[in-house]
Amino acid sequence: MSQPAINIQPANPILTVNNIEVVYDEVIQVLRGVSLAVPEGDVVTLLGPNGAGKSTTLKAISGLLKSEDGEVTKGDITFMGERIDNKNAEDVVRSGVFQVMEGRRIIEDMTAIENLKLGAYTRNDSQINQDIEMVFNYFPRLKERTGLAGYLSGGEQQMLAIGRALMARPKMICLDEPSMGLSPLLVKEVFSIIGQINREQGITMLLVEQNANYALKAANYGYIMESGKIVLDGTQDELLNNEDVKEFYLGGGNEERKSFKNLKSYKRRKRWL
Amino acid sequence: MNFELLMQLIVNGIIVGLLYGVVGMCFVLVYKSTQIVNFAQGEFLLVGAWVCWAFLTYFQLPFFMGFILTMVFMALFGVLLQMVVLRPMIGEPIISVIMITIGLSIFFQSLMKWIFGVSPQSYPKVFESESVQILGLNIEMAYLMSTVISLAIMVAFFLFFKYSKYGLAMRATAFNQQIAQSLGISVKQVFAMSWGIAATLSATAGVVIGLVNGVSNSLSTMGVKVFPAVILGGLDSVVGAIVGGLTIGVLENVAEFFDSQYLHVGNMYDIAPFYVLLIILWFKPYGLFGTKDIERI
Ligand SMILES: Nc1ncnc2c1ncn2[C@@H]1O[C@H](COP(=O)(O)OP(=O)(O)OP(=O)(O)O)[C@@H](O)[C@H]1O
Ligand SMILES: [Mg+2]
Repeated sequence: MSQPAINIQPANPILTVNNIEVVYDEVIQVLRGVSLAVPEGDVVTLLGPNGAGKSTTLKAISGLLKSEDGEVTKGDITFMGERIDNKNAEDVVRSGVFQVMEGRRIIEDMTAIENLKLGAYTRNDSQINQDIEMVFNYFPRLKERTGLAGYLSGGEQQMLAIGRALMARPKMICLDEPSMGLSPLLVKEVFSIIGQINREQGITMLLVEQNANYALKAANYGYIMESGKIVLDGTQDELLNNEDVKEFYLGGGNEERKSFKNLKSYKRRKRWL
Repeated sequence: MNFELLMQLIVNGIIVGLLYGVVGMCFVLVYKSTQIVNFAQGEFLLVGAWVCWAFLTYFQLPFFMGFILTMVFMALFGVLLQMVVLRPMIGEPIISVIMITIGLSIFFQSLMKWIFGVSPQSYPKVFESESVQILGLNIEMAYLMSTVISLAIMVAFFLFFKYSKYGLAMRATAFNQQIAQSLGISVKQVFAMSWGIAATLSATAGVVIGLVNGVSNSLSTMGVKVFPAVILGGLDSVVGAIVGGLTIGVLENVAEFFDSQYLHVGNMYDIAPFYVLLIILWFKPYGLFGTKDIERI
C-alpha cells in the first residue's frame, strides 16, 4: 500500500516490454525497439511529443493493436511472468491489465452506472455493486449524474473512464493522456486521484502524458520517447533535474511563470521538439 | 362504413404488426451489433417454422416441447451461421457481405423446398377452442398467443439489454468495437450471440404465423415485409422497429379495408405500406427514429 522506494533498476517488474517493434498495415513501422519496465505498485510515466508512439506502445501492451491492423513484429511483452504480446485484448484484460484509451472513450449512449458495470465485464463475483460505491467515493460527482454519459463534461468523462478501469479490479492500469483537454484545475484533481488510487488500491500505473510537469510529479520513474524509440529514462528526480527535459518538456524549468504560459500551454505542448 | 370490420382489421393489424416488430427488432439487432444488413432474415422464420412443424408431425412432440426445441435449434443455427459463414467475411466490403446474406436467403429457401416440398402444411391443432371473445371482438386463440408471445419477447429484449451483462456488452459493441474490446468483451462472441438471438426470436414469429396460416415457403416474404417496418423506424432503432412494425401492420389492414369496401384496386394489402414508406422517407430520410450516417441501401 505504501509508496515503494524508488528503484533505479526496477528489481521486480510486473510488466516488461522488451525491445518491441510495431508495424501498422504491414508497412508502417512505428516502434523501433522500445523497452521499458514497470515495477509492481509504482507509477511509471511515458512522455513524448505527438506521434512518438506512446499510444501505440500502450496498445501493444493491451492487445488493442490488432483492431487497428497493428502488429508486434519483434520483441516481447511480459506481464507477471506471462507473455501477453500475442494475446487478444479481452484476454489481456483477464490477465489484469486495463487500458484507459486516449480520449476517454466512454460509451456515450449509456449511463455512468452502465459504463461502470461494463468495466466489471470480466468479473464473476458478487462485489460489483460495492465497487460501484467505491468508484463513487473516488469520484463523488459521478453519483449525481444519472443521465447519459455522453452529456457528462470532459472531466467527468475522464473520471468515469478511470472509474470504469477500477471496476475491472486490474493489477495495472495503462492511462493514455488523462489530462487531455482538461482545465488546469481538473488536471490537478485527476492526477491527485490517480495517485490516491495507486496508494490505496495498490494498482500499478503506466501513465502516458504530454503534461510532463504533472506526470513527472506523480510518477516514480519516467521514460521519454521520440520517433518510436526511448531516448531517455530515469527516476522522478533525475528527469525533473535533467537540462534537456527542463528545456523541452517543462518549459525552461521555470514553473512559476504561470499566467501567460498556462494560457498557451496546450499549444506549447503540441509544439514540443 | 362497416365499423365492426374496420375494428377487426385494425386489431389484426396490431397483432401482425407486433410480429413485424419482433422480426424488425431482430433485424436491427444484427445490424447494430455487426453492421450487417441481413437479407436472410425472412429465412429464419421459414426455417424455424418448418423445423417446429417437423418436430410436431414427424416426431409427434407436444406443441410446447417442439416449440422449445425449435428455439434451441435456431439459437445454434444462428450462432453457427455467423461463425461459419459470416465470421470469415469480417473486414470485407459491406456490399460483399450483403451479397452473402442474399445468397443465404436463396440457399435456405431452396433447401426448405428440397426437404419439405413446395406445398403448404398446417400445424397440428394446438388449442381446444379456436377463438375467444374479448370486448365483443372475435379473437382467435392463436392470435392471442401471438400477441402474448410478441409482447413477452419485447419485454424480455428490453430487460436483457438494459440489465444483463451480456446485453450491455452487446450495446457496447454496437457503440464501438474497440471500446468493447478494451473492456474485455469478446466481439466475436457478441457477433455470434446477436445472430443466435435474431434467429431464435425470428423463428418464434415463424412458428406463431405457422400456427395461424400453416407453413409455406411464402413465410420468408415476411423478411421483405419487415423492410418497410425497419426502414420506417430507422435501421438502427429497436423502438423504431416496433413502431414501424405496428404501423405497417395496421396500414396493411386499413388499406385492405378501404380497398375491399370502396376502391377495388386489389392487392392494396401488399403495396400500401411501401407507398407510405416512400412518402415518409421523402421527409425523414433516416427513418422516424434513425440516426444519421447510416448505410443507405
Ligand atoms: N492505426 C494506425 N495505422 C497507421 N498508423 C498509425 C496508426 N495509429 C498510429 N499511427 C501512426 O503511428 C505513429 C505513432 O502514433 P501514436 O498514436 O502511437 O503516437 P502518440 O505518441 O500517442 O501521439 P499523441 O501524443 O498525438 O497521442 C504516428 O505517426 C501515427 O500516425
Ligand atoms: Mg497518443
